[in-house]
Amino acid sequence: MNAKNKTFEQSMTRLEEIVRTMERGEASLEESLKLFQEGTELIRCCGKILEDAELQVKKIMTAPDGTPVEVEFEHEL
Amino acid sequence: MTKEVLSISQLNEYIRGKLDADPLLNQIAVRGEISNYKMYPSGHHYFSLKDESSVLKCVMFKGNAMRLRFRPENGMKVIAMGKVSVFPRDGAYQLYCSALAMDGIGDLYAAFEALKKKLSAEGLFDPAHKQPLPRYPGTIGIITSSAGAAVHDMLRILNKRYPLTQVRLLPVRVQGAEAPGEIAAAIGYANHYQLADLLIVGRGGGSIEDLWAFNDERVAYAIYESRIPIISAVGHEPDVTISDYVADLRAATPSNAAELAVPDMNALQQNLDAMSGSMAAALARQLKASRQRLEMLANRPSMQKPTGYLEQKEKALELLKNRLVSAQTQMLNRERHRYVASVSKLDAMSPLKVLTRGYAYAQTEDGTVLKSVDQVEAGQQITVSLSDGRLSATVMKKENVK
Repeated sequence: MNAKNKTFEQSMTRLEEIVRTMERGEASLEESLKLFQEGTELIRCCGKILEDAELQVKKIMTAPDGTPVEVEFEHEL
Repeated sequence: MTKEVLSISQLNEYIRGKLDADPLLNQIAVRGEISNYKMYPSGHHYFSLKDESSVLKCVMFKGNAMRLRFRPENGMKVIAMGKVSVFPRDGAYQLYCSALAMDGIGDLYAAFEALKKKLSAEGLFDPAHKQPLPRYPGTIGIITSSAGAAVHDMLRILNKRYPLTQVRLLPVRVQGAEAPGEIAAAIGYANHYQLADLLIVGRGGGSIEDLWAFNDERVAYAIYESRIPIISAVGHEPDVTISDYVADLRAATPSNAAELAVPDMNALQQNLDAMSGSMAAALARQLKASRQRLEMLANRPSMQKPTGYLEQKEKALELLKNRLVSAQTQMLNRERHRYVASVSKLDAMSPLKVLTRGYAYAQTEDGTVLKSVDQVEAGQQITVSLSDGRLSATVMKKENVK
């Protein structure tokens, strides 16, 4: 439905996991280096998603059969 | 008789002047029931206010009428504010109404309390029933009027805080008799078609009558039954409606609802920076610890002089070798001595040596060495061995010594 948001949410969850694991200091040095790399990439990716985001606003109308139809909603931000 | 004769207009103007000069009539509030209500195309509203025995004509001009927060209807009990003055053309005084408020607010509060009690007993406000809000809502459904300021406030804040979300506006009327049904239907509709991860239901501020749709039990049940979490956002801070009690979260205002609905982008960015820092710090700590361990290992003697171990073992081997060799030598010497001693002993005991000293030994014919006279009989042949040869002899006689 909102792929970017889904990616963002999953990335944030994974990031929190990575930071927790690294802070516990139980991973081997090699694993930690890998986690650091993965985390850094996720942070870059999340930052970019946030930066590029633009609020989408749709008005829901009802089709004759009752199903919802999205139409543009004029708005000023 | 001699008094001045006035025209009608003059009289009416005179009376108007009298009334207008009266401070009480200039700013008055009057309670009554609306009747003969008419709205003209001009935008002016005309009606009467009555009680059991009297009637008062009223007019409300377009400018004031536009500020009305409800639609006046016949039979409605209201309090009208304004001034009493004369309409000279008709020679009639009337109330020039500047504001109208619904009377019987007390009744509304009583109804509110009764409904609150009933729904509370039914468990509609049960904290255990409240659903958690999604941390990062992908789609937010807003159920409110598409015309009000509330929706724009919300969109502005959502865009500023978390533009990653998508908004679906489900326009409804938020006041008047149709409002509760529309709001409840929109909540049900959003659930049926799964239109959002989170719903904001509400409207901007207004009078208690304006907000009344959110005190309707149809709306309350719809919120309660929603599987999509709902933030209730009705009116201003002090306004509390039944919807607020039933919703999963109550926001003080629509703007506040938008703030509660999504995380703040700036905070998220800061959070990302902090996580970056945490990771770097954790990695640095681990690197430092690893380096310290490495140094500790490197400082051990075995690592400082890696051949030391071998040399030590070599020395031990040499020592063992020497011990082995000396043990071997000792043993050989010992054996040699024993051999020599044995040989000389043997030599001393050799029968040949004894024979040279004059001894002899006798044997029967089958070679048996004679040790006793009982071994032979007289007349038997024997051989006697001496150091340089043998004698064949015959036993002449036997004689026992003992």
